[in-house]
Amino acid sequence: MSDFILIAISTLDATIRVSTPLILCAMAGLFSERSGIVDIGLEGKMLAGAFAAAAIAAVTGSAWLGLGAAIGVSICMALLHGFACITHKGNQVVSGLAINILASGLTVTLGIAWFHQGGQTPLLSGDARFFSIDLPGALAVADVPVLGAIYTQLISGHNALVYIAFMTVPVTWWLVYQTRFGLRLRAVGENPQAVDTAGISVFWLRYRAVICAGLLCGIAGAYLSIAQNASFIREMSAGKGYIALAALIFGKWRPKTALLACLLFGFLEALTVRLEGVALPLIGEVPAQLMQATPYILTVVLLAGFIGKAIAPKAIGIPYSKER
Amino acid sequence: MKRQLLMLTAAVAFASSAAAVELKPAVVFDMGGKFDKSFNQGVYEGVERFKKETGITYREFEVTNPSQREQAIRKMAQREANPVLAIGFAQATALEKVAKDFPGTKFSIIDAVVSLPNVQSIVFKEHEGSFLVGMLAAMKSQTKAVGFVGGMDIPLIRRFNCGYAQGAKYAVSDVNVISNMTGSTPSAWNDPVKGGELARSQFDRGADVVFAAAGGTGVGVYQAAKDAGKYAIGVDSNQNHMHPGTMLTSMTKQVGVASYNAFKGVKEGTWQAGVSVLGLAEGGVSWAYDEHNKDLITAEMKAAVEKAQADIISGKIVVHDYMSNNECPSL
Repeated sequence: MSDFILIAISTLDATIRVSTPLILCAMAGLFSERSGIVDIGLEGKMLAGAFAAAAIAAVTGSAWLGLGAAIGVSICMALLHGFACITHKGNQVVSGLAINILASGLTVTLGIAWFHQGGQTPLLSGDARFFSIDLPGALAVADVPVLGAIYTQLISGHNALVYIAFMTVPVTWWLVYQTRFGLRLRAVGENPQAVDTAGISVFWLRYRAVICAGLLCGIAGAYLSIAQNASFIREMSAGKGYIALAALIFGKWRPKTALLACLLFGFLEALTVRLEGVALPLIGEVPAQLMQATPYILTVVLLAGFIGKAIAPKAIGIPYSKER
Repeated sequence: MKRQLLMLTAAVAFASSAAAVELKPAVVFDMGGKFDKSFNQGVYEGVERFKKETGITYREFEVTNPSQREQAIRKMAQREANPVLAIGFAQATALEKVAKDFPGTKFSIIDAVVSLPNVQSIVFKEHEGSFLVGMLAAMKSQTKAVGFVGGMDIPLIRRFNCGYAQGAKYAVSDVNVISNMTGSTPSAWNDPVKGGELARSQFDRGADVVFAAAGGTGVGVYQAAKDAGKYAIGVDSNQNHMHPGTMLTSMTKQVGVASYNAFKGVKEGTWQAGVSVLGLAEGGVSWAYDEHNKDLITAEMKAAVEKAQADIISGKIVVHDYMSNNECPSL
């Protein structure tokens, strides 16, 4: 029994680690999409952020400077996306894909030029990385059965960015649902004409939304390269941006449900790793590929209307132009 | 007479220019890239050594997408590169097609067998080297559990896994071997995030030594081992220097020497088509013992491994090859 609890806790612990970049990206996508801007470019912004974080951390030896660089670069990419599809009313999906391709190529090219390691950055150690933090009292309660293990292993012992990621969810909720900015943000994604009529700039609101998205993607990127790992590696985001987008849609563009979707997808990934080659009672061995595809399958099933209904913001994907 | 002389000079000039046709070697790296600190990088170091010693530059290409393989090899052959060295099992089909179209070009391939008169195939007995590091892992383990993280799920990687498990069980009969593969697509060679997560999951399940045979993915595995204070075993190149103190050893595969020899052989006219199989006896595979890990390997462990090595070479121990029947008795 205690073995089972330990396995369960370690799986949940892995879930938290795997979900962190998904949560950050999903919240990023939430800001952007709620304002009416489709954000396919989560992946690219995260990748660019990961590279910037690893490069700056390698040069300066400071993880926090790396994080700052990641956020800066990611916001620049977001502004580029904004410039293309807010100011110039370009196709948002095309622009987002362009961001992804740009990030995929540019990170490797710059990496080769700067570090001569085939697009990788040097391995980081010491202060150049975010290390796990032991929360107060973690050691003291470690011996308490079950609850102690949950506190020491599951809640304590993650790096700063993990806690930041989990804090972004209530902050996002508060910003989107409790503030004037949030009200306008949601309005601009549903009916930009009305917002414009009220004398509020649609462009500026949407720009602020993509900047928020850039900020969060930057943190996600930094998590990948300088917290979870110790260097940037080509294409290290490995489709997490798309999974986060799927989680956002699965979570019906709401912070709490998107968080749950991220945790579910993260849990599936953590479980895949642990169930590989293990035969389950009754079912037998579950193919890893099936588990890996589950997030996408679930999202498709949801979009097909089988699990509740996911209604996208009404004005999503439509560039706003004032009445002529 | 004058005319004959002219023809003679022309003939001599032609002949000498033919003899001086410079060697234009080319190498096509595989997914993971030449800086994967492992398999491809071993090749890169071998061909760089050739360049340094002979002053002959080589063309190169890094495949980043499976569809590029045939195109890359063909382009090298079209540009009259000779020899063309293809790296990795996955290039076998592409190489076979191209080699048929360019019968005058010499091709070498590492990790796969292509039976054509102008192809040299170099394969390794990875199971023998893996057996030795498996022994080291089991002897080092306090928890009687050792892990294996493979790259792409292919028979070649299962051969590593199987050799490792046999070695571990040979050294400590009741050791538990936990195995994971990173994925089933070539991107599994370069996914350190997943590699790190797999390693952590194995530590959670009790393993305290993990062997990664996963190209660039291994970087994440070694980092995870370092972060968790466990031991990791490198692969292909000697990776002991990456994290001195937590890298127990590396299962080295002399891909660099093989690449160097392929180029050198063509230069000196000793290159031969056919299959060469390099195992412990030929020095093709081995385990790394250097200043970075000598404190981790006790005299007992070293003696046991050296004895097993001698026994494998003499045939006293037969390491089962997974690829011979696609089964592993120890897993």
